[in-house]
Amino acid sequence: MRKLILRKIFANDSNEPFVPDAKFKHPDVAPELTVDHFNLSIEGSPILKDVSVTIPANKITCIVGPSGCGKSTLLKSLNRLSDTIEGVRTSGDIRIGDKSIVNCSASDLVELRRRIGLVPQRPTPLPMSIFGNIAYGCKIHGVSSRRELRKIVRHYLKVVGLWDEVKDRLTSPATKLSIGQQQRLCLARSLAVEPEFILADEATSALDPVSSKIVEDLFVKLKEQYSIVMVTHTLRQALRIADYVIFIYMGEVIEVGDAQQVFKNPKHELTQKYLSGTIS
Amino acid sequence: MNKLVVKERIARVAMYLSIAAVILLVGSIIWTVFKRGARSLTWEMVSSLPGGGFYIGKSGGFLNAIVGSLYIVLSSTAIGLIISIPVVFFLNVYLKSKSRLAYVARLAFDVLFGIPSIVYGAFAFTLMIYFGLRTSLLGGILVETLLIIPILIRSMDEVAKNFPRDLLEASFSLGATRWETMGVVMRQIAPGIATATLLSVGRSIGDAAGVMFTAGFSDTIPTSLSQQTATLPLSIFFQLSAPQAEVQNRAYAAAVVLTIIVLVISLLGRFITNRFSKHKLR
Repeated sequence: MRKLILRKIFANDSNEPFVPDAKFKHPDVAPELTVDHFNLSIEGSPILKDVSVTIPANKITCIVGPSGCGKSTLLKSLNRLSDTIEGVRTSGDIRIGDKSIVNCSASDLVELRRRIGLVPQRPTPLPMSIFGNIAYGCKIHGVSSRRELRKIVRHYLKVVGLWDEVKDRLTSPATKLSIGQQQRLCLARSLAVEPEFILADEATSALDPVSSKIVEDLFVKLKEQYSIVMVTHTLRQALRIADYVIFIYMGEVIEVGDAQQVFKNPKHELTQKYLSGTIS
Repeated sequence: MNKLVVKERIARVAMYLSIAAVILLVGSIIWTVFKRGARSLTWEMVSSLPGGGFYIGKSGGFLNAIVGSLYIVLSSTAIGLIISIPVVFFLNVYLKSKSRLAYVARLAFDVLFGIPSIVYGAFAFTLMIYFGLRTSLLGGILVETLLIIPILIRSMDEVAKNFPRDLLEASFSLGATRWETMGVVMRQIAPGIATATLLSVGRSIGDAAGVMFTAGFSDTIPTSLSQQTATLPLSIFFQLSAPQAEVQNRAYAAAVVLTIIVLVISLLGRFITNRFSKHKLR
Protein backbone atom coordinates (compact mmCIF):
# COMPACT_ATOMS: atom_id res chain seq x y z
CA MET A 1 0.00 0.00 0.00
CA ARG A 2 2.74 2.40 1.04
CA LYS A 3 4.61 1.47 -2.07
CA LEU A 4 1.62 2.35 -4.22
CA ILE A 5 1.16 5.71 -2.56
CA LEU A 6 4.86 6.46 -2.92
CA ARG A 7 4.83 5.57 -6.59
CA LYS A 8 1.88 7.86 -7.15
CA ILE A 9 3.51 10.74 -5.33
CA PHE A 10 6.69 10.35 -7.34
CA ALA A 11 4.74 10.15 -10.57
CA ASN A 12 3.15 13.50 -9.79
CA ASP A 13 6.45 15.29 -9.33
CA SER A 14 7.08 17.57 -12.26
CA ASN A 15 10.31 17.47 -14.21
CA GLU A 16 11.59 20.83 -13.04
CA PRO A 17 15.40 21.04 -12.82
CA PHE A 18 16.84 20.02 -9.48
CA VAL A 19 18.33 22.73 -7.27
CA PRO A 20 20.10 21.62 -4.08
CA ASP A 21 18.98 23.13 -0.80
CA ALA A 22 20.42 26.57 -0.07
CA LYS A 23 22.24 25.11 2.95
CA PHE A 24 24.22 22.86 0.65
CA LYS A 25 25.31 25.47 -1.89
CA HIS A 26 28.91 25.08 -3.04
CA PRO A 27 31.18 28.11 -2.69
CA ASP A 28 31.75 30.02 -5.94
CA VAL A 29 35.36 28.96 -6.16
CA ALA A 30 35.89 25.28 -5.49
CA PRO A 31 38.34 24.98 -2.58
CA GLU A 32 41.53 22.96 -2.50
CA LEU A 33 42.53 20.58 0.26
CA THR A 34 45.89 21.47 1.69
CA VAL A 35 47.84 19.02 3.81
CA ASP A 36 50.55 20.92 5.63
CA HIS A 37 53.42 19.08 7.37
CA PHE A 38 50.99 16.51 8.68
CA ASN A 39 52.21 13.74 10.98
CA LEU A 40 50.15 10.91 12.37
CA SER A 41 51.12 8.15 14.74
CA ILE A 42 49.16 5.29 16.23
CA GLU A 43 50.26 4.19 19.70
CA GLY A 44 53.67 5.70 19.17
CA SER A 45 54.47 4.23 15.77
CA PRO A 46 54.49 6.82 12.99
CA ILE A 47 52.13 6.12 10.11
CA LEU A 48 52.33 9.40 8.18
CA LYS A 49 55.53 11.42 8.20
CA ASP A 50 55.57 15.10 7.35
CA VAL A 51 53.02 14.87 4.57
CA SER A 52 52.58 18.08 2.56
CA VAL A 53 50.40 17.97 -0.52
CA THR A 54 47.74 20.11 -2.17
CA ILE A 55 44.76 18.29 -3.59
CA PRO A 56 43.37 20.24 -6.56
CA ALA A 57 39.69 21.03 -7.05
CA ASN A 58 37.52 19.36 -9.68
CA LYS A 59 40.04 16.67 -10.47
CA ILE A 60 40.39 13.02 -9.67
CA THR A 61 43.34 12.63 -7.35
CA CYS A 62 44.59 9.10 -6.86
CA ILE A 63 46.62 8.16 -3.82
CA VAL A 64 48.73 5.17 -4.76
CA GLY A 65 51.36 3.15 -2.99
CA PRO A 66 52.10 -0.31 -1.64
CA SER A 67 49.74 -1.74 0.98
CA GLY A 68 50.29 -0.56 4.51
CA CYS A 69 51.95 2.66 3.38
CA GLY A 70 49.34 4.93 4.97
CA LYS A 71 47.10 5.69 1.98
CA SER A 72 43.86 4.95 3.78
CA THR A 73 45.02 6.69 6.94
CA LEU A 74 45.78 9.83 4.95
CA LEU A 75 42.36 9.64 3.33
CA LYS A 76 40.65 9.22 6.68
CA SER A 77 42.60 12.13 8.13
CA LEU A 78 41.11 14.36 5.46
CA ASN A 79 37.71 14.26 7.16
CA ARG A 80 39.05 13.35 10.57
CA LEU A 81 37.58 9.88 10.67
CA SER A 82 41.06 9.05 11.90
CA ASP A 83 39.78 10.31 15.27
CA THR A 84 38.06 6.98 15.80
CA ILE A 85 41.32 5.02 15.69
CA GLU A 86 42.56 4.14 19.17
CA GLY A 87 45.76 5.81 20.33
CA VAL A 88 46.03 8.23 17.42
CA ARG A 89 48.13 11.41 17.64
CA THR A 90 48.55 14.05 14.98
CA SER A 91 50.49 17.21 14.33
CA GLY A 92 50.54 19.63 11.43
CA ASP A 93 47.46 20.89 9.66
CA ILE A 94 44.94 20.01 6.98
CA ARG A 95 42.81 22.77 5.50
CA ILE A 96 39.84 22.93 3.20
CA GLY A 97 40.05 26.33 1.54
CA ASP A 98 41.36 28.33 4.47
CA LYS A 99 39.50 26.43 7.19
CA SER A 100 41.50 24.08 9.37
CA ILE A 101 40.15 20.55 9.66
CA VAL A 102 42.59 19.45 12.33
CA ASN A 103 41.97 22.33 14.72
CA CYS A 104 38.26 22.97 14.65
CA SER A 105 35.42 22.84 17.13
CA ALA A 106 33.06 19.88 17.29
CA SER A 107 30.27 21.84 15.63
CA ASP A 108 32.54 22.99 12.80
CA LEU A 109 33.68 19.41 12.34
CA VAL A 110 30.14 18.29 11.62
CA GLU A 111 29.86 20.89 8.86
CA LEU A 112 33.33 20.06 7.51
CA ARG A 113 32.50 16.38 7.34
CA ARG A 114 29.42 17.23 5.34
CA ARG A 115 31.63 19.09 2.88
CA ILE A 116 33.91 16.05 2.53
CA GLY A 117 31.91 12.91 1.72
CA LEU A 118 33.15 9.35 1.98
CA VAL A 119 32.51 6.27 -0.12
CA PRO A 120 33.72 3.31 1.93
CA GLN A 121 35.66 0.28 0.78
CA ARG A 122 32.82 -2.12 1.46
CA PRO A 123 29.36 -0.70 0.89
CA THR A 124 27.69 0.06 4.21
CA PRO A 125 24.04 0.93 3.76
CA LEU A 126 22.54 2.35 6.93
CA PRO A 127 19.97 0.07 8.57
CA MET A 128 17.08 1.84 6.83
CA SER A 129 15.13 1.72 3.59
CA ILE A 130 16.62 2.84 0.27
CA PHE A 131 14.73 6.11 0.63
CA GLY A 132 15.84 6.49 4.26
CA ASN A 133 19.48 6.00 3.38
CA ILE A 134 19.59 8.96 1.05
CA ALA A 135 17.27 11.13 3.10
CA TYR A 136 19.25 10.52 6.31
CA GLY A 137 22.06 12.99 5.61
CA CYS A 138 19.63 15.69 4.55
CA LYS A 139 17.43 15.12 7.59
CA ILE A 140 20.29 15.54 10.05
CA HIS A 141 21.20 18.79 8.32
CA GLY A 142 17.69 20.11 8.72
CA VAL A 143 15.84 19.34 5.50
CA SER A 144 12.52 18.12 6.79
CA SER A 145 9.92 18.67 4.09
CA ARG A 146 8.79 15.35 2.65
CA ARG A 147 8.36 16.92 -0.76
CA GLU A 148 11.90 18.24 -0.71
CA LEU A 149 13.28 14.90 0.46
CA ARG A 150 11.47 13.05 -2.31
CA LYS A 151 12.99 15.37 -4.88
CA ILE A 152 16.44 14.88 -3.39
CA VAL A 153 16.15 11.09 -3.30
CA ARG A 154 14.94 10.95 -6.88
CA HIS A 155 17.61 13.30 -8.16
CA TYR A 156 20.59 11.57 -6.58
CA LEU A 157 19.37 8.10 -7.43
CA LYS A 158 19.21 9.30 -11.02
CA VAL A 159 22.72 10.76 -10.78
CA VAL A 160 24.16 7.38 -9.83
CA GLY A 161 21.93 5.58 -12.34
CA LEU A 162 20.02 3.65 -9.71
CA TRP A 163 16.62 5.28 -10.11
CA ASP A 164 15.20 2.97 -12.76
CA GLU A 165 16.42 -0.07 -10.87
CA VAL A 166 14.89 0.82 -7.50
CA LYS A 167 12.08 3.31 -8.08
CA ASP A 168 9.44 0.69 -7.32
CA ARG A 169 10.97 -0.45 -4.06
CA LEU A 170 12.18 2.67 -2.32
CA THR A 171 10.73 1.47 0.98
CA SER A 172 12.43 -1.90 0.91
CA PRO A 173 15.62 -2.41 2.96
CA ALA A 174 18.79 -1.09 1.39
CA THR A 175 20.55 -4.31 2.38
CA LYS A 176 18.43 -6.19 -0.17
CA LEU A 177 20.27 -4.48 -3.04
CA SER A 178 23.22 -6.16 -4.75
CA ILE A 179 26.70 -5.13 -3.62
CA GLY A 180 27.24 -3.00 -6.74
CA GLN A 181 23.92 -1.26 -6.23
CA GLN A 182 24.69 -0.74 -2.54
CA GLN A 183 27.93 0.98 -3.44
CA ARG A 184 26.14 3.33 -5.81
CA LEU A 185 23.57 3.94 -3.08
CA CYS A 186 26.40 4.89 -0.70
CA LEU A 187 27.71 7.29 -3.33
CA ALA A 188 24.24 8.79 -3.78
CA ARG A 189 23.95 9.11 -0.02
CA SER A 190 27.19 11.07 0.15
CA LEU A 191 26.20 13.25 -2.79
CA ALA A 192 22.83 14.04 -1.23
CA VAL A 193 24.45 16.41 1.29
CA GLU A 194 26.35 18.09 -1.58
CA PRO A 195 29.95 17.65 -0.44
CA GLU A 196 32.69 19.51 -2.27
CA PHE A 197 35.09 16.63 -1.90
CA ILE A 198 34.41 12.94 -2.26
CA LEU A 199 36.81 10.54 -0.61
CA ALA A 200 36.78 7.02 -2.00
CA ASP A 201 38.66 4.34 -0.12
CA GLU A 202 39.20 1.63 -2.73
CA ALA A 203 35.56 2.09 -3.54
CA THR A 204 35.56 -0.44 -6.33
CA SER A 205 37.69 -3.20 -4.83
CA ALA A 206 34.71 -5.17 -3.46
CA LEU A 207 32.72 -4.89 -6.68
CA ASP A 208 32.35 -7.05 -9.77
CA PRO A 209 33.96 -5.70 -12.98
CA VAL A 210 30.71 -4.31 -14.38
CA SER A 211 29.71 -2.43 -11.22
CA SER A 212 33.29 -1.33 -10.82
CA LYS A 213 33.21 0.19 -14.31
CA ILE A 214 29.92 1.95 -13.58
CA VAL A 215 31.31 3.53 -10.41
CA GLU A 216 34.51 4.51 -12.19
CA ASP A 217 32.60 6.19 -15.02
CA LEU A 218 30.49 7.97 -12.43
CA PHE A 219 33.59 9.43 -10.82
CA VAL A 220 34.77 10.75 -14.17
CA LYS A 221 31.36 12.33 -14.72
CA LEU A 222 31.19 13.74 -11.20
CA LYS A 223 34.53 15.54 -11.27
CA GLU A 224 32.90 18.47 -13.06
CA GLN A 225 31.11 19.37 -9.84
CA TYR A 226 33.06 17.60 -7.16
CA SER A 227 36.70 17.06 -6.33
CA ILE A 228 37.45 13.39 -5.93
CA VAL A 229 40.21 11.81 -3.88
CA MET A 230 40.56 8.09 -4.20
CA VAL A 231 42.80 5.46 -2.76
CA THR A 232 43.40 2.62 -5.13
CA HIS A 233 45.35 -0.58 -5.24
CA THR A 234 44.87 -1.12 -8.94
CA LEU A 235 47.40 0.92 -10.88
CA ARG A 236 45.41 0.36 -14.04
CA GLN A 237 42.44 2.11 -12.53
CA ALA A 238 44.65 5.03 -11.55
CA LEU A 239 46.06 5.12 -15.09
CA ARG A 240 42.56 5.19 -16.54
CA ILE A 241 40.98 7.95 -14.51
CA ALA A 242 43.53 9.88 -12.45
CA ASP A 243 44.27 13.53 -13.21
CA TYR A 244 46.63 13.97 -10.32
CA VAL A 245 48.66 11.38 -8.46
CA ILE A 246 50.13 11.18 -4.97
CA PHE A 247 52.60 8.35 -4.46
CA ILE A 248 53.20 7.35 -0.86
CA TYR A 249 55.83 4.97 0.39
CA MET A 250 56.27 4.03 4.08
CA GLY A 251 54.21 6.98 5.24
CA GLU A 252 56.11 9.54 3.20
CA VAL A 253 55.01 11.34 0.08
CA ILE A 254 57.54 10.44 -2.58
CA GLU A 255 56.13 12.02 -5.69
CA VAL A 256 53.20 14.27 -6.50
CA GLY A 257 52.08 15.59 -9.83
CA ASP A 258 49.90 15.36 -12.89
CA ALA A 259 49.02 11.79 -13.74
CA GLN A 260 50.62 12.02 -17.17
CA GLN A 261 53.88 13.22 -15.74
CA VAL A 262 54.04 10.78 -12.81
CA PHE A 263 53.07 7.74 -14.82
CA LYS A 264 55.05 8.52 -17.99
CA ASN A 265 58.11 10.23 -16.55
CA PRO A 266 58.45 9.43 -12.89
CA LYS A 267 61.21 11.50 -11.36
CA HIS A 268 61.88 9.47 -8.28
CA GLU A 269 63.54 6.09 -8.32
CA LEU A 270 60.98 4.59 -5.89
CA THR A 271 58.10 5.66 -8.13
CA GLN A 272 59.78 4.01 -11.10
CA LYS A 273 60.22 0.84 -9.09
CA TYR A 274 56.61 0.89 -7.94
CA LEU A 275 55.29 1.45 -11.45
CA SER A 276 57.42 -1.33 -12.86
CA GLY A 277 56.21 -3.66 -10.13
CA THR A 278 59.51 -4.14 -8.32
CA ILE A 279 57.95 -2.95 -5.05
CA SER A 280 54.31 -3.56 -4.35
CA MET B 1 30.43 -46.91 3.16
CA ASN B 2 32.53 -43.82 3.02
CA LYS B 3 33.81 -42.64 6.37
CA LEU B 4 32.67 -39.08 5.74
CA VAL B 5 29.16 -40.20 4.91
CA VAL B 6 28.98 -42.15 8.16
CA LYS B 7 30.12 -39.10 10.13
CA GLU B 8 27.56 -36.97 8.35
CA ARG B 9 24.80 -39.50 9.14
CA ILE B 10 25.74 -39.68 12.81
CA ALA B 11 25.77 -35.90 13.11
CA ARG B 12 22.42 -35.70 11.38
CA VAL B 13 20.81 -38.30 13.63
CA ALA B 14 22.23 -36.57 16.71
CA MET B 15 20.72 -33.26 15.60
CA TYR B 16 17.32 -34.79 14.92
CA LEU B 17 17.38 -36.51 18.30
CA SER B 18 18.13 -33.34 20.21
CA ILE B 19 15.51 -31.37 18.31
CA ALA B 20 13.00 -34.13 19.03
CA ALA B 21 13.95 -34.09 22.71
CA VAL B 22 13.38 -30.33 22.96
CA ILE B 23 10.04 -30.46 21.16
CA LEU B 24 8.92 -33.40 23.28
CA LEU B 25 9.88 -31.58 26.45
CA VAL B 26 8.07 -28.35 25.56
CA GLY B 27 5.10 -30.31 24.26
CA SER B 28 4.75 -32.44 27.37
CA ILE B 29 5.01 -29.46 29.72
CA ILE B 30 2.33 -27.58 27.81
CA TRP B 31 0.24 -30.74 27.59
CA THR B 32 0.36 -31.45 31.33
CA VAL B 33 -0.42 -27.87 32.25
CA PHE B 34 -3.22 -27.46 29.75
CA LYS B 35 -4.77 -30.88 30.39
CA ARG B 36 -5.42 -30.12 34.02
CA GLY B 37 -5.60 -26.37 33.78
CA ALA B 38 -7.68 -25.64 30.70
CA ARG B 39 -10.59 -27.70 31.98
CA SER B 40 -10.85 -25.85 35.25
CA LEU B 41 -10.04 -22.41 33.81
CA THR B 42 -13.12 -20.20 33.97
CA TRP B 43 -13.70 -16.55 33.24
CA GLU B 44 -14.39 -15.99 36.94
CA MET B 45 -10.84 -17.03 37.80
CA VAL B 46 -9.13 -14.45 35.63
CA SER B 47 -11.61 -11.67 36.32
CA SER B 48 -12.14 -11.73 40.08
CA LEU B 49 -10.17 -11.48 43.28
CA PRO B 50 -9.90 -14.39 45.72
CA GLY B 51 -13.03 -14.67 47.89
CA GLY B 52 -13.02 -15.79 51.50
CA GLY B 53 -11.62 -19.30 51.82
CA PHE B 54 -10.24 -19.23 48.28
CA TYR B 55 -7.31 -21.40 49.22
CA ILE B 56 -9.54 -24.14 50.67
CA GLY B 57 -11.70 -24.38 47.59
CA LYS B 58 -14.25 -21.57 47.94
CA SER B 59 -15.11 -19.20 45.10
CA GLY B 60 -12.97 -16.44 43.62
CA GLY B 61 -10.15 -15.94 41.14
CA PHE B 62 -6.53 -14.88 40.91
CA LEU B 63 -6.82 -11.53 39.18
CA ASN B 64 -4.66 -10.11 42.00
CA ALA B 65 -1.79 -12.38 40.95
CA ILE B 66 -2.15 -11.62 37.22
CA VAL B 67 -2.15 -7.86 37.79
CA GLY B 68 0.64 -8.09 40.38
CA SER B 69 2.86 -10.08 38.03
CA LEU B 70 2.25 -7.67 35.17
CA TYR B 71 2.99 -4.67 37.41
CA ILE B 72 6.26 -6.17 38.55
CA VAL B 73 7.40 -7.48 35.18
CA LEU B 74 6.56 -4.39 33.16
CA SER B 75 8.07 -1.90 35.61
CA SER B 76 11.20 -3.94 36.27
CA THR B 77 11.79 -4.42 32.54
CA ALA B 78 11.34 -0.71 31.93
CA ILE B 79 13.70 0.27 34.75
CA GLY B 80 16.12 -2.48 33.73
CA LEU B 81 16.30 -1.19 30.17
CA ILE B 82 16.82 2.39 31.32
CA ILE B 83 19.75 1.26 33.45
CA SER B 84 21.33 -1.26 31.10
CA ILE B 85 21.24 0.48 27.71
CA PRO B 86 23.63 3.23 28.88
CA VAL B 87 25.86 0.55 30.42
CA VAL B 88 26.02 -1.27 27.09
CA PHE B 89 26.84 1.95 25.27
CA PHE B 90 29.53 2.75 27.81
CA LEU B 91 31.09 -0.72 27.52
CA ASN B 92 31.14 -0.66 23.74
CA VAL B 93 31.49 2.92 22.62
CA TYR B 94 33.43 4.73 25.33
CA LEU B 95 35.70 2.02 26.73
CA LYS B 96 38.57 0.73 24.66
CA SER B 97 38.23 -2.82 23.47
CA LYS B 98 41.06 -4.05 25.68
CA SER B 99 39.96 -2.06 28.73
CA ARG B 100 40.46 -3.76 32.12
CA LEU B 101 37.32 -2.15 33.50
CA ALA B 102 35.26 -3.64 30.66
CA TYR B 103 36.75 -7.06 31.33
CA VAL B 104 36.02 -6.89 35.04
CA ALA B 105 32.52 -5.52 34.44
CA ARG B 106 31.67 -8.30 31.97
CA LEU B 107 32.99 -10.93 34.38
CA ALA B 108 30.89 -9.42 37.18
CA PHE B 109 27.76 -9.46 35.03
CA ASP B 110 28.40 -13.09 34.10
CA VAL B 111 28.67 -14.00 37.78
CA LEU B 112 25.50 -12.06 38.59
CA PHE B 113 23.80 -13.86 35.69
CA GLY B 114 24.37 -17.18 37.41
CA ILE B 115 23.18 -16.24 40.89
CA PRO B 116 19.87 -17.95 41.75
CA SER B 117 16.93 -15.66 42.32
CA ILE B 118 16.40 -16.81 45.90
CA VAL B 119 19.80 -15.34 46.75
CA TYR B 120 18.70 -12.04 45.22
CA GLY B 121 15.53 -12.32 47.28
CA ALA B 122 17.40 -12.99 50.51
CA PHE B 123 19.90 -10.22 49.76
CA ALA B 124 17.15 -7.71 49.05
CA PHE B 125 15.32 -8.86 52.15
CA THR B 126 18.29 -8.13 54.43
CA LEU B 127 18.67 -4.74 52.77
CA MET B 128 15.00 -4.01 53.30
CA ILE B 129 15.25 -4.94 56.96
CA TYR B 130 18.28 -2.68 57.28
CA PHE B 131 16.39 0.25 55.79
CA GLY B 132 13.24 -0.59 57.73
CA LEU B 133 11.15 -1.33 54.63
CA ARG B 134 8.26 -3.78 54.53
CA THR B 135 7.55 -6.28 51.81
CA SER B 136 5.91 -4.32 49.02
CA LEU B 137 5.31 -3.94 45.31
CA LEU B 138 8.32 -1.60 45.20
CA GLY B 139 10.51 -4.28 46.80
CA GLY B 140 9.36 -6.82 44.23
CA ILE B 141 10.03 -4.47 41.33
CA LEU B 142 13.49 -3.63 42.61
CA VAL B 143 14.60 -7.21 43.18
CA GLU B 144 13.35 -8.28 39.75
CA THR B 145 15.17 -5.31 38.23
CA LEU B 146 18.38 -6.48 39.91
CA LEU B 147 17.72 -9.98 38.64
CA ILE B 148 17.28 -9.04 34.99
CA ILE B 149 19.91 -6.31 34.63
CA PRO B 150 22.77 -8.81 34.06
CA ILE B 151 20.64 -10.66 31.51
CA LEU B 152 19.78 -7.47 29.68
CA ILE B 153 23.32 -6.14 29.69
CA ARG B 154 25.07 -9.31 28.64
CA SER B 155 22.70 -10.22 25.84
CA MET B 156 22.66 -6.67 24.43
CA ASP B 157 26.42 -6.50 24.88
CA GLU B 158 26.95 -9.53 22.64
CA VAL B 159 24.97 -7.82 19.88
CA ALA B 160 26.67 -4.47 20.37
CA LYS B 161 30.13 -6.09 20.24
CA ASN B 162 29.46 -7.23 16.69
CA PHE B 163 28.38 -3.77 15.63
CA PRO B 164 30.02 -2.91 12.29
CA ARG B 165 32.31 0.07 12.83
CA ASP B 166 31.96 1.04 9.17
CA LEU B 167 28.42 2.04 9.98
CA LEU B 168 29.67 4.60 12.50
CA GLU B 169 32.08 6.00 9.91
CA ALA B 170 29.32 6.15 7.30
CA SER B 171 27.14 8.17 9.63
CA PHE B 172 29.98 10.45 10.83
CA SER B 173 31.12 11.12 7.28
CA LEU B 174 27.70 12.51 6.43
CA GLY B 175 28.23 15.05 9.16
CA ALA B 176 26.23 13.38 11.90
CA THR B 177 27.03 14.12 15.52
CA ARG B 178 27.59 11.36 18.07
CA TRP B 179 24.06 11.80 19.29
CA GLU B 180 22.54 11.56 15.82
CA THR B 181 24.65 8.47 15.18
CA MET B 182 23.07 6.85 18.23
CA GLY B 183 19.89 6.67 16.15
CA VAL B 184 21.68 4.52 13.59
CA VAL B 185 23.18 2.39 16.34
CA MET B 186 19.77 1.87 17.94
CA ARG B 187 18.27 0.76 14.63
CA GLN B 188 21.05 -1.73 14.11
CA ILE B 189 20.89 -3.25 17.60
CA ALA B 190 17.10 -3.02 18.02
CA PRO B 191 16.63 -6.75 17.39
CA GLY B 192 19.21 -7.42 20.09
CA ILE B 193 17.38 -5.17 22.54
CA ALA B 194 14.11 -6.94 21.75
CA THR B 195 15.64 -10.37 22.32
CA ALA B 196 17.21 -9.26 25.58
CA THR B 197 13.89 -7.84 26.74
CA LEU B 198 12.08 -11.07 25.93
CA LEU B 199 14.65 -13.13 27.82
CA SER B 200 14.37 -10.96 30.88
CA VAL B 201 10.58 -10.81 30.79
CA GLY B 202 10.56 -14.59 30.64
CA ARG B 203 12.87 -14.84 33.59
CA SER B 204 11.16 -12.28 35.80
CA ILE B 205 7.57 -13.34 35.15
CA GLY B 206 8.35 -16.90 36.14
CA ASP B 207 10.37 -16.03 39.20
CA ALA B 208 8.84 -17.02 42.52
CA ALA B 209 11.79 -17.02 44.87
CA GLY B 210 12.82 -13.41 44.45
CA VAL B 211 9.38 -11.94 45.04
CA MET B 212 8.53 -14.28 47.91
CA PHE B 213 10.70 -12.32 50.34
CA THR B 214 10.26 -8.90 48.86
CA ALA B 215 6.79 -8.46 47.40
CA GLY B 216 4.94 -10.61 49.90
CA PHE B 217 1.46 -11.76 48.98
CA SER B 218 -1.97 -10.23 49.12
CA ASP B 219 -5.50 -10.99 48.05
CA THR B 220 -6.10 -7.52 46.65
CA ILE B 221 -4.65 -5.53 43.80
CA PRO B 222 -2.08 -3.07 45.20
CA THR B 223 -3.02 0.59 44.87
CA SER B 224 0.36 1.95 45.92
CA LEU B 225 4.00 0.97 45.72
CA SER B 226 4.18 0.32 49.44
CA GLN B 227 1.48 -2.35 49.49
CA GLN B 228 2.15 -6.05 49.25
CA THR B 229 1.27 -7.77 46.02
CA ALA B 230 0.53 -11.24 44.76
CA THR B 231 2.35 -12.79 41.79
CA LEU B 232 1.34 -15.66 39.53
CA PRO B 233 4.17 -18.06 40.39
CA LEU B 234 3.52 -17.62 44.11
CA SER B 235 -0.20 -17.98 43.59
CA ILE B 236 0.42 -21.25 41.78
CA PHE B 237 2.73 -22.38 44.57
CA PHE B 238 0.22 -21.65 47.34
CA GLN B 239 -2.65 -23.32 45.51
CA LEU B 240 -0.60 -26.36 44.60
CA SER B 241 0.32 -26.86 48.26
CA ALA B 242 -3.35 -27.11 49.19
CA PRO B 243 -4.67 -30.66 49.78
CA GLN B 244 -7.94 -30.18 47.87
CA ALA B 245 -7.95 -31.35 44.24
CA GLU B 246 -10.04 -28.41 43.00
CA VAL B 247 -7.61 -25.92 44.46
CA GLN B 248 -4.74 -27.77 42.80
CA ASN B 249 -6.64 -27.71 39.52
CA ARG B 250 -6.95 -23.97 39.88
CA ALA B 251 -3.18 -23.83 40.26
CA TYR B 252 -2.93 -25.46 36.87
CA ALA B 253 -5.43 -22.95 35.51
CA ALA B 254 -3.18 -20.17 36.81
CA ALA B 255 -0.23 -21.90 35.12
CA VAL B 256 -2.18 -21.87 31.87
CA VAL B 257 -2.71 -18.12 32.22
CA LEU B 258 1.01 -17.63 32.97
CA THR B 259 1.97 -19.72 29.94
CA ILE B 260 -0.39 -17.78 27.70
CA ILE B 261 0.99 -14.45 28.92
CA VAL B 262 4.56 -15.60 28.19
CA LEU B 263 3.48 -16.94 24.80
CA VAL B 264 1.75 -13.70 23.84
CA ILE B 265 4.73 -11.60 24.93
CA SER B 266 7.14 -13.85 23.01
CA LEU B 267 5.10 -13.80 19.81
CA LEU B 268 4.64 -10.06 20.07
CA GLY B 269 8.37 -9.68 20.64
CA ARG B 270 9.15 -11.88 17.64
CA PHE B 271 6.83 -9.83 15.49
CA ILE B 272 8.39 -6.56 16.57
CA THR B 273 11.91 -7.97 16.19
CA ASN B 274 11.20 -9.06 12.64
CA ARG B 275 9.89 -5.66 11.77
CA PHE B 276 12.99 -3.99 13.17
CA SER B 277 15.58 -6.37 11.77
CA LYS B 278 14.28 -5.89 8.23
CA HIS B 279 16.76 -3.12 7.62
CA LYS B 280 19.63 -4.51 9.67
CA LEU B 281 23.05 -4.55 8.02
CA ARG B 282 24.46 -8.06 8.23
